[in-house]
Amino acid sequence: MSVFKKVMASAALAATMFATPAAAEDVRIALVVKALGIGFFEAAAKGAEEAAAELGDVEIIYTGPTDTTAEGQIEVINALIAQNVDAIAISANDTDALVPALQKAMQRGITVISWDSGVAPEGRQMHLNPSSNALIGNMIIKLAADHLPDGGDVAVLSATTTSTNQNIWIEEMNKVMGNYPGINVVGTVYGDDLADKSYREATGLMQSNPDLDAIIAPTSVGIVAAAQAVVDAGKVGQVNVTGLGLPSEMAGAIESGASKSFAIWNPIDLGYSAAMLAYEISKNGVEAGPGAEIPMGRMGTLTLDENSEGAMADPFVYDASNIDEFKSIF
Amino acid sequence: MMRMIPVRETILSAAILLLLALIATRFSGFVAPSNLANVFNDTAPLIILALGQMVVILTRCIDLSVAANLALTGMAVAMLNVAVPGLPIPIIIAIAITLGAIMGAINGILVWKLEIPPIVVTLGTMTIFRGIIFLISDGKWVNAHEMSEAFTGFPRAAVLGLPVLSWVAVLCVIVFGIMMARTPLGRSIFAVGGNPHAAVYTGINVGKTQFLAFVISGALAGLTGYLWVARYAVAYVDIAGGFELEVVAACVIGGISIAGGIGTVGGAVLGALFLGVVKNALPVVNISPFWQLAITGSAILIAVAFNARSGNAKGRIILKSAQSSS
Repeated sequence: MSVFKKVMASAALAATMFATPAAAEDVRIALVVKALGIGFFEAAAKGAEEAAAELGDVEIIYTGPTDTTAEGQIEVINALIAQNVDAIAISANDTDALVPALQKAMQRGITVISWDSGVAPEGRQMHLNPSSNALIGNMIIKLAADHLPDGGDVAVLSATTTSTNQNIWIEEMNKVMGNYPGINVVGTVYGDDLADKSYREATGLMQSNPDLDAIIAPTSVGIVAAAQAVVDAGKVGQVNVTGLGLPSEMAGAIESGASKSFAIWNPIDLGYSAAMLAYEISKNGVEAGPGAEIPMGRMGTLTLDENSEGAMADPFVYDASNIDEFKSIF
Repeated sequence: MMRMIPVRETILSAAILLLLALIATRFSGFVAPSNLANVFNDTAPLIILALGQMVVILTRCIDLSVAANLALTGMAVAMLNVAVPGLPIPIIIAIAITLGAIMGAINGILVWKLEIPPIVVTLGTMTIFRGIIFLISDGKWVNAHEMSEAFTGFPRAAVLGLPVLSWVAVLCVIVFGIMMARTPLGRSIFAVGGNPHAAVYTGINVGKTQFLAFVISGALAGLTGYLWVARYAVAYVDIAGGFELEVVAACVIGGISIAGGIGTVGGAVLGALFLGVVKNALPVVNISPFWQLAITGSAILIAVAFNARSGNAKGRIILKSAQSSS
């Protein structure tokens, strides 16, 4: 093993000597995404570059396959191992398939972290979640409550009855209802992530609850359909549609006033944090393990749980003031 | 024979009225005229597609690609609208119908010329069409703010109190009513489904009739594609996912025999309306979503069981009149 390592190290050394001289000093962090050409990841790369500019001695290699396959990412990882980068921060297309390739990278002394979409614990040193279920559950009810200072009736439009994510978020939301006195959840309906069914369910909610003040849709299809239903029912200003959605999809709803605000992670912050974390572990030798606290620049400190996972921050709130900036990004 | 069909439609109408009465006891606002107009408007796409599907089923075929055709046409016209925002709506509609008809023609050609079973052909094209949407859109959505005002406004513009979307459905019903009863094409569709061998002897080209049925179904799916995307103001790969089954269900509930040859325009419309009422009523009567699925499913089964029994007609005595007159 040690002989093998030495051989590899000298091979890598030779490679770096032939490569650009600057590479020997800079910490080279590879930001591996699910596929190139996706606005969300382009924005994350922008955030990583921001972190690089702040840190000074970092070179960001933004890369990924052309389609969202695990095979494509394995090829990319192997190429990065050959280039002997200092750190790999990956948003994985498959939880398990990438583990052998990433383990190989770790054996070569490369720092491996996953972000956004995780890898199984044995294939990375830590994982950065954009947010946590508890933070999301709190955020969706907070978004509705913020515009209802005197309290009011809200209803939830979810995806399917069996959607794991949505069910957990709604459960977390119910846990913190005590913090929002005066806010009544009058019902939960399921739009099955179909535009037409969600639209119909939202219309039904407004009919059976004439005093409804807000519809919370923690699903991107549902929130768009509910906003359209509110516009068509002529209830803009009366019923506020909020929840989780993408800025590009929700720009119309913000413009029409059907939605005052909604939330989703901020990809720029996510890329920034991933780069910061990779730098801290790779350059400053911070140990990533359960209970570790790792600084990530302007985003504060990340605390890892027993699976070496951490949640970056509250979902980022989008409204009329910043929608134009983000709608072209993702 | 002629008497049996109105009976079936009367029963279905009665079932819808009974359903409405039941809903009214739990939520009286549902039967307000304005809400019933909304329900009709919401059901309009289903009615249009059910008419197309009816024609196909009558010829002993089935078109499972209607929803995928709808989604692909919808995506195509939505992207066209983004690229050329000034394009007038009549031209967009013409393009939608043409695109849909071309996709229907592909189904039709495969069934006619290669004699592949229709269920296989349309199952294949269904997947292909969805795949093409992914290819042309790159998996991205076309969103409300990217579509032009006129594009999304057309189906909801009110004419004589009803949105254009509803009027399109009414127009389709009238055209189909005339086509099925008064034109050679309508009669040959019944003939092909009722008895293909006899149809051949009367000089009807069975394959060609089936081809035309697929073209008609495709054209209607194309038209609905535009209306759907404009109404929900969003286009993405999965729109109307699984809707083809609802369309077939509407036909079956409406008494259109899967074996072909039996069915009426009125039946298809009533079948679609029945499903439309159920779908719109369930959210407001506050029934658990788990029951919603079960109720819709049971309604279909009951209707089919009923149709199967009444469809079990005694052998038709075709020479009786000849006998008595001689």
